[in-house]
Amino acid sequence: MAWRLRLAPEKTNIDFFRYQWLTFGGSIALMLVAFVAWGVMGLNYGIDFKGGTTIRTESTTPVDIGVYRGALAPLPLGDVSITEVFDPGFAPDQHVAMIRISALDNTQSVTPEVIQQVEDALVAVDPAISFTSVESVGPKVSGELVWSSILAVAITSVGILLYIWLRFEWQFALGGVLALLHDVFITIGIFALFQLKFDLTIIAALLTILGYSINDTVVVFDRLRENLVKYKTMPLRDVMNLSVNETLSRTLMTSITTLIAVGSMMVFGGDVIRGFSFAIFMGVLLGTYSSVYVAKNIVLMIGLDRSDKPKSDKGNQFAGIDA
Amino acid sequence: MQTPLWKTILIWGICAAGLLYALPNLFYTRVEQHNDALRAVELAGVSTPDQDAAIAQWPNWLPSGLVNLGLDLRGGAHLLAEVQVADVYKDRIDGLWPDVRDALRSERDAIGNVRREPSDPGVLKVKIGNPANMARAVELVRALAQPVVTLTGVGQTDIEVSAQGDTITVQLSEAERAATDSRTIQQSLEIIRRRVDEVGTREPTIQRQGTDRILIQVPGIGSAAELKALIGTTARLTFNAVRGRTSDENADPGARNLLLPAADEPGMFYIIEQTPVVSGEDLVDAQPAFDQNGRPAVNFRFNPSGARKFGDYTAANIGQPFAIVLDDEVISAPVIQSAIPGGSGIITGNFTIEESTDLAVLLRAGALPAELIFLEERTIGPELGQDSIDAGRVAAVIAMIAVSLFMFASYGLFGLFANIALAINMGLLFGVLSMIGGTLTLPGIAGIVLTIGMAVDANVLVFERIREELRGQKNPVRAIEIGYERAMSAIVDANLTTLITAAVLFSFGAGPVRGFAVTLALGIITSVFTALLVTKQLIALWYGWRRPRTITV
Repeated sequence: MAWRLRLAPEKTNIDFFRYQWLTFGGSIALMLVAFVAWGVMGLNYGIDFKGGTTIRTESTTPVDIGVYRGALAPLPLGDVSITEVFDPGFAPDQHVAMIRISALDNTQSVTPEVIQQVEDALVAVDPAISFTSVESVGPKVSGELVWSSILAVAITSVGILLYIWLRFEWQFALGGVLALLHDVFITIGIFALFQLKFDLTIIAALLTILGYSINDTVVVFDRLRENLVKYKTMPLRDVMNLSVNETLSRTLMTSITTLIAVGSMMVFGGDVIRGFSFAIFMGVLLGTYSSVYVAKNIVLMIGLDRSDKPKSDKGNQFAGIDA
Repeated sequence: MQTPLWKTILIWGICAAGLLYALPNLFYTRVEQHNDALRAVELAGVSTPDQDAAIAQWPNWLPSGLVNLGLDLRGGAHLLAEVQVADVYKDRIDGLWPDVRDALRSERDAIGNVRREPSDPGVLKVKIGNPANMARAVELVRALAQPVVTLTGVGQTDIEVSAQGDTITVQLSEAERAATDSRTIQQSLEIIRRRVDEVGTREPTIQRQGTDRILIQVPGIGSAAELKALIGTTARLTFNAVRGRTSDENADPGARNLLLPAADEPGMFYIIEQTPVVSGEDLVDAQPAFDQNGRPAVNFRFNPSGARKFGDYTAANIGQPFAIVLDDEVISAPVIQSAIPGGSGIITGNFTIEESTDLAVLLRAGALPAELIFLEERTIGPELGQDSIDAGRVAAVIAMIAVSLFMFASYGLFGLFANIALAINMGLLFGVLSMIGGTLTLPGIAGIVLTIGMAVDANVLVFERIREELRGQKNPVRAIEIGYERAMSAIVDANLTTLITAAVLFSFGAGPVRGFAVTLALGIITSVFTALLVTKQLIALWYGWRRPRTITV
């Protein structure tokens, strides 16, 4: 037998419910922490959701935030925040900063005159500076984006719920979707806790997490459905353990390949997309965890009516018809 | 492990076609120059040696579709504008006033004097002298209403007339407003498109969004401010009679007159007649030029009806000044030296060459029917875009190598098959993107990298299943067959749910996020194809060649 890299032994027999108070309870605790962080600290919304302007500057001379701030101080702007951006991909003499100007209270995005003033003021203190991107969003649009984002996450969750319900049982659908929300809310909590910039791409990342995480959960459920038919008398808890054990090696493999890919994007993909990659990375980690420790626990808690055959095969009115 | 021949041919045929369509992307600049030159030659009808050389860079018989680069990768400007549709109501209602007045005056004996009262814009309030005959007055005004032709508003008219005391109120009906709105947006779209085309940038996107918004994306333009200057100007040009000149900004211009600032003399104001003699709608051409003193100016030409009106007016008012008004500013007010019968003239003012060129473009393209307000604007520099492409490429290559090594270490020869399928998958993904003219954005690149990680999932499922079956002492062919068969339901369910997410992402997201949805969805489809059908072909080929008695996955 040739050598193979194994992430899990050939045959495992782990009781995934043994430390339920820690694993499942821990998940609930983490979700609470996430909600508290979200509620208390709030999210560091980007201009997509809050309105305002971001200007990305690039210069061959090092960024001096104090000097930039001083240059902008005389201008009639709202809140200004300046941060330096670091990335391993930058050239040694490439110094990047992000300047964020909060929106004033009107529907228009910031006027070109204001942006011109800002640019002139910065060129005056650093002649080598250039402006690689200028983005500005009016409060009217950003308000709508908040709603459409919430809607998008909700619609996706409901869509997945319906699909799983259709293909499996309603208990599976509920367990799967609750596990999804677990992944999404903890990811949001991490963004709140570390005050990472939360913009439209992060919403896209959250939706991707929904897709990835359900993918993982479905594989476990699929095996569970198969084993429920195979071992009709085995207690539900044991069938679940068996199913997770049987799919464990696949779950780990897929998580690792996905984490490798997303990790590569996070490290080498540049700072513009880093928040997005990070959110997906966290989501994949959480998604793997939740499909092993959260989704099926919820199904177990609700209980399954096993006298009723799963809808997938036989017993329906078309039985016997050879299609 | 027998696959019907037609299926084998189909599978490899799809792979070959996909890779062929992906090929141009490897020679991006070359193919792009080739395509640009071809298009230019087609437009011009003749070709320059440079263009011939560019065309020769890529053979014509090969596919030449490229993956479009989104604004965040190519650099360019993005604007989201809201059309102030209500502006048009005011013009419509103001235009109605003379008709209403004439209609009521025709029966002055019964109705009495007619006077327009001040009111909100978009509402016409008319006071009549004899409220006793209000019913008759309302009837007269209602007679002016025109039926609205819409899909839903059958039997509706364009105005609503109501009366209270001695005042008649006229405003546009709901159906007419809806019809006006959609006409305004259509016109605005058309005019923005013409203005952007006049500047001749590559592949601009100009589309309607929602009820009253327009999205404009122009790759390669230096800044959103530049684009805004081009499309945000209403460019409403009129020629009006001048009643007087003053330096008092609070001067009362009198009824039916306007007080407008002079563009070239700060602090000076002109009193002009509200109703223009001729307007920009009658222009057929405008070109940048120089006046007799060598200063930048704009030459214009009227259509026959505009030329006649302009000729008659100038003939009757020799020695009088007239005002050239652009967007509520008097650009200049020359004195009419002689009748101008030819219908062409020159606008002078304090222009720079750039301003006169822009003004000519704006006048040629026509005026916007309503003002635009910009809700969102983004400019991405081409350098930042290039940095993103480079970083994305590095990330994708590293992800590809790392995942491949990992798969090989885990599944040996079978892992190698999966890796070949993964490489074909990437090719197919780019092939399909090029074929449908999809747009690649930075999140889209992330979607591709994510696909690299997730695409092998289907293979992992199959291989793990084969391993399980092999443990059950089945013969290799059976184990492989069953592995593919049994893994199928999990693969289908898992990928369909991800497709649901991609669909929501597509319908919800704008620009970059939408690009991500497209690559994610295509990646799912191509990866299921390669991971299931292509690897099975590869395994069957290998099996048929080596005929191993036992296999190790």
